[in-house]
Amino acid sequence: MVKQTGTDRVKRGMAEMQKGGVIMDVINAEQARVAEEAGAVAVMALERVPSDIRAAGGVARMADPTIVEEVRDAVSIPVMAKARIGHIVEARLLEALGVDYIDESEVLTPADEVFHLNKADYTVPFVCGAKDLGEATRRIGEGASMLRTKGEPGTGNIVEAVRHQRLIQGQVRKVLNMSDDELMTEAKNLGAPFHVLQDIRENGRLPVVNFAAGGIATPSDAALMMHLGSDGVFVGSGIFKSDNPAKFARAIVEATTHYEDFALIAELSKGLGTAMPGIEISALEAKDRMQDRGW
Amino acid sequence: MNIGVLALQGAVREHVKALEAPDVEVTVIKKVEQLEQMDGLVFPGGESTTMRRLINLYGFYEPLKAFAAAGKPIFGTCAGAILMAKEIAGQAEPHLSVMDMTVERNAFGRQRESFEALLSMKGIGDDVEAVFIRAPIIRTTGTQVDVLAEYDGRIVAAQQGPFLACSFHPELTDDDRFHQYFVQMVRESLAEPAV
Repeated sequence: MVKQTGTDRVKRGMAEMQKGGVIMDVINAEQARVAEEAGAVAVMALERVPSDIRAAGGVARMADPTIVEEVRDAVSIPVMAKARIGHIVEARLLEALGVDYIDESEVLTPADEVFHLNKADYTVPFVCGAKDLGEATRRIGEGASMLRTKGEPGTGNIVEAVRHQRLIQGQVRKVLNMSDDELMTEAKNLGAPFHVLQDIRENGRLPVVNFAAGGIATPSDAALMMHLGSDGVFVGSGIFKSDNPAKFARAIVEATTHYEDFALIAELSKGLGTAMPGIEISALEAKDRMQDRGW
Repeated sequence: MNIGVLALQGAVREHVKALEAPDVEVTVIKKVEQLEQMDGLVFPGGESTTMRRLINLYGFYEPLKAFAAAGKPIFGTCAGAILMAKEIAGQAEPHLSVMDMTVERNAFGRQRESFEALLSMKGIGDDVEAVFIRAPIIRTTGTQVDVLAEYDGRIVAAQQGPFLACSFHPELTDDDRFHQYFVQMVRESLAEPAV
């Protein structure tokens, strides 16, 4: 076998190495160093964190390449960046910049309302959001190497991420117990590629890792998502919108590692200062619900 | 016998599966107290900087050094190998410094340069599937270190007595020969009392 890059094993394996870890949103080199120092397993380089994107309104696009490069050069941990849903050129550009993982993200304004990226075409791996097993398996079918929940970004409200993780876990458990004749109907009902459901049933789990993302604002939120079976967590606005980012970041990392050690989580939740301000989901208008972007 | 997989962060489940053998009990290690019962230990792949921070935070540093000093077998893959190295290129301080080798982090480049290839490995075979992910290389080794595999003229697996390290991820393939090689090392270490 000659040397092969961009294989499923190489792309999915990269996400496997991030398990049990925290991936943090950062907007400059300084924040990236704070994240690395706190024990983040990767950073997501952005121009604005989700809560600021929400506040600013208008069209949100891929970050300025200068920011991506600045962050890339500041840390030794992997660097991720977001491309708009369906934006082939933003994705290729990030790949050319040497980004380690691309998030095809609903936090940015979609470039294509019909087609997601054909992620199997790229050497760089992709993470995509999913609210349910249909969406999860469609993204895997397109070549996503990692999944995350689509909790409502920038709200500091965990309820949607919980809903998505609970639903996907339940749907996977259901598939595991299905007979051959039931599986095709389930594929039809979920809008799921049949072969991905077969893969799940054969291996007893999703073929890629599934992280929690969207609305994680406290160490307890991170630990809750780990309890619900997440492989790790993304924290967006939560860290650098809090009073003491370095302390907050360390606390989130520890709570993720030791999500079953409640005495420890209680200890590290003390005196963290105010968490980011939150938004009640029902207060959002339909057009402001980012999780409904993509299909 | 008991083999532990250090589970502070990284790909733990895959190692647990690859270590399976009738006489092996695999334990996921999250607390220092668990180390006492272990006859061998695996440092999984993941992010070495993250793992090191958690090693310090939870008081694993001295107990892990003592584990190595007692001559108990340790197997490190990728980030695990970085934790074991005596020297890390471009970094002032090593981590646990148990194996006489210098490693270079991300030596093949970034994720888009990550790859898989077949390796010839001493004592195992000439068809070992190896998955390299933002992998380090072993730049130089001390006189006591035995080189087990090279890729493109660069050292990617080595052994020094009870310590085994590789820069790739045998745990991501279905080929468990490398893990079973380590299991055999642990068996042998129990047959002859540790120094």
